Amino acid sequence: MEALNFDLENTSSSKKVVIQESKLSPKISSKHKRINVLEEYKKRSTNKVALNLVVVGHVDAGKSTLMGHLLYLLGEVNEKTMKKYERDSSKIGKSSFAYAWVLDETGEERSRGITMDVAINKFETEHRRFTLLDAPGHRDFIPNMISGAAQADVAILVVDATTGEFEAGFEANGQTKEHALLIRSLGVQQLIVTINKLDVVNWSQDRYNEIITKLNPFLNQAGFKKDKVVYIPCSGLTGENLLKRSQNILEWYSGPTLIQQIDKFEPPTRLLDKPFRLSVSDFFKGGIGSMGGITVAGKIEAGTIQIGENVMVVPGGEQGVVKGLETNDESSKWAAAGDSILMTLTGLDIIQLKVGSILCSVSHPVPVTSHILAQIIVFDVKVPITKGFPVILHRQSLNEPATITKLVAILDKSTGEIMKKNPRCLPKVSSAIVEIKLNNRPIPLETYKENKELGRIMLRKGGETVAAGIIIDVSKS
Amino acid sequence: MWHVYNLISIGDQLKASTIRRVQNESSTGTVDSQRVRLTLTITVENIDFDPQGGLLRIRGRIISENRYVKMGTYHTIELESNRNFTLIKPEWDIIALERVNEACDVTKQADVAAVVLHEGLANVCLVTQNMTIVRQRIEHPIPRKRKGSVTNYEKGLQKFFDQVMQSIMRHINFEIVKVVILASPGFVKDQCFEYIFAEAVKQDIRQLIENKSKFVLIHCSSGHKHALQEVLQDPSIQKQLSDTKYAQEVLTLERFFKMLNDEPDRAYYGWDHVRKAGERGAIGTLLLSDELFRAADIPTRKKYIKLVESVRAIGGKVLIFSSLHVSGEQLNQLTGVAAILNFPLPDIEEEEEEEENGQEAVVE
Repeated sequence: MEALNFDLENTSSSKKVVIQESKLSPKISSKHKRINVLEEYKKRSTNKVALNLVVVGHVDAGKSTLMGHLLYLLGEVNEKTMKKYERDSSKIGKSSFAYAWVLDETGEERSRGITMDVAINKFETEHRRFTLLDAPGHRDFIPNMISGAAQADVAILVVDATTGEFEAGFEANGQTKEHALLIRSLGVQQLIVTINKLDVVNWSQDRYNEIITKLNPFLNQAGFKKDKVVYIPCSGLTGENLLKRSQNILEWYSGPTLIQQIDKFEPPTRLLDKPFRLSVSDFFKGGIGSMGGITVAGKIEAGTIQIGENVMVVPGGEQGVVKGLETNDESSKWAAAGDSILMTLTGLDIIQLKVGSILCSVSHPVPVTSHILAQIIVFDVKVPITKGFPVILHRQSLNEPATITKLVAILDKSTGEIMKKNPRCLPKVSSAIVEIKLNNRPIPLETYKENKELGRIMLRKGGETVAAGIIIDVSKS
Repeated sequence: MWHVYNLISIGDQLKASTIRRVQNESSTGTVDSQRVRLTLTITVENIDFDPQGGLLRIRGRIISENRYVKMGTYHTIELESNRNFTLIKPEWDIIALERVNEACDVTKQADVAAVVLHEGLANVCLVTQNMTIVRQRIEHPIPRKRKGSVTNYEKGLQKFFDQVMQSIMRHINFEIVKVVILASPGFVKDQCFEYIFAEAVKQDIRQLIENKSKFVLIHCSSGHKHALQEVLQDPSIQKQLSDTKYAQEVLTLERFFKMLNDEPDRAYYGWDHVRKAGERGAIGTLLLSDELFRAADIPTRKKYIKLVESVRAIGGKVLIFSSLHVSGEQLNQLTGVAAILNFPLPDIEEEEEEEENGQEAVVE
């Protein structure tokens, strides 16, 4: 991050940065004028900082409705469309889902009334620009949720205040806990907890406090710092306390509204000075606008990119040229770490691409491996983890079957010292070092030390997350 | 064929009819070759099994001489089902005999086809008594939904379902298969089921329409092969398969893991631990992988057979897992041998540690 701290007036140091950057991406076609992305980034950041926000929570907690309503109030959805949604949803007897339809667009999602895949949208607040990722809450779609949450910097956890519903979401089988643990393991540090549907319980302050007393110890234990978690009472359906509060409701609450709190999210540090990395979450034929080629969607994990540069697809090693870029629905000439972008590439065969592939700089490709050494934290699992435990390894949008081939050691959770070598099994809520082997094919992975974003993995089995961890070492193969 | 593969071990003698290319050099030096059907006996040196084709390739030295071939030359015999052969073993042990019995028992046959899928990935598998064969792995990228346009997503999904349907028709023989399981997280299975039968009606595919009742929809967590184990644990499937060996294997392995969690002193794996437990007569259920009995050297084989016999002698249950099933694969990873004990033996692990410490001390 040193590169960002330089003083703009100090020309000598800014030159240094330029040199450093050109080293990282030497191949530029001569047609395009070279852009100093770091300076552009700084300019953009002084205006409004861009952040990725994921919305998580138990199924039916009201995530899509809350965010749909927020987008509507912010003017991202026009009146006509909203009226249409209201009409159509009441036609099939689901009028309360009208706001959710802003984000749930497929027929399947609308008729079933649940979100199945991450919806991407954008909005702006006074000081920030947000890319909104609305994650599905149903446990079957957690792979989709992981792929969305992996792109996020900050999160909103939506909790249903209705009697019985909060408890259902918070019990062992509910997703409130699992989602909170997942986003924490994926590197999200700042969290807003919205206590939703308070209108159903007559804006009861007791209920609000009760939920907080139950949630707070758990979130602290999960690793969220006290001052980074904020609780907001609201109702996604009536829109109460989203932008403003009406009188006589929530008299006992004097804190900020949801949007004010969202505006307070602090931008995380970006890995701008690392080699370019983009993990592919989606791709399709055809370019942005009427351009030809292939379009790739994903979040830039590290480094910068601009039109005209070459990128390499890993695994495969094929190269393509960047023809167009789009951030938050606006075309752009460059993009930097942290941006969720659409990128049009030419000179590349679509067969080379897979969800979970990495686009990276030609001079610094990502290592591809099928053996890794990882430090993991075991979640609340039903059966202990043994040698030969089959898991599904998730990294961003990628999921691949894998096997834990060796239990190296159990670690002390607080000190990190080795407690037991070659254990027979890993009990729940323990920390350990294990060796993992990919069953089918090698995938691109980096150590946590090299790249914080690509070095995180989740292990799941049978629809449950069994462990989360970071990669310590990759064997090159 | 799988039984045969497990039965034949290196050093056995095999007599079967086979085709060999015989070369003749005439007095003028011209070479003509012809293919002759012969009955040969060989000493087995190498065995290969092709689960896709159900074919065995056995290589060995010829030990019976005849007009065309000399003693000691190499030959590879291919065995398929419905071919006769004679197997001569230096010693028929209990495991081998049981296997012959089991193989001859037709009543225990139950063939199930299973398709595990999630959006963009499907595994079309056949689950027979002794193995799980992945007939086809379908991967089809499906573009995600994006703001304002879901056509790409829906088109991709349709294409994917179409591939799954084609694969089902190509790989599943409805005359043999009793149940076709469609398993997936979420609603993919329902969508796929609807699509397949809408298409079947549209295109008038009798093969599918007539067998609609054989389809069962089950929930599972992903489209990877692992998920098959979850499917077979599902109560409604267990009912249909309850007597089959595979279903028992899955249940026993689950019991083992549960025990490892609840009472770690009653569940052990690895040869050393299990042997110690066996010496004290504590083993209630012994889990073994058939890979161990395929071991080339007789002492290893004998070692395990002795263990099996001793467990049986005290009334314990012995289950031999097929390593071609998902559960067997998992057991293989766990060194291939595991045991659930009748009573806890906490000191086994401690002994091990002491030994380790002892060793370390020596090293130091």
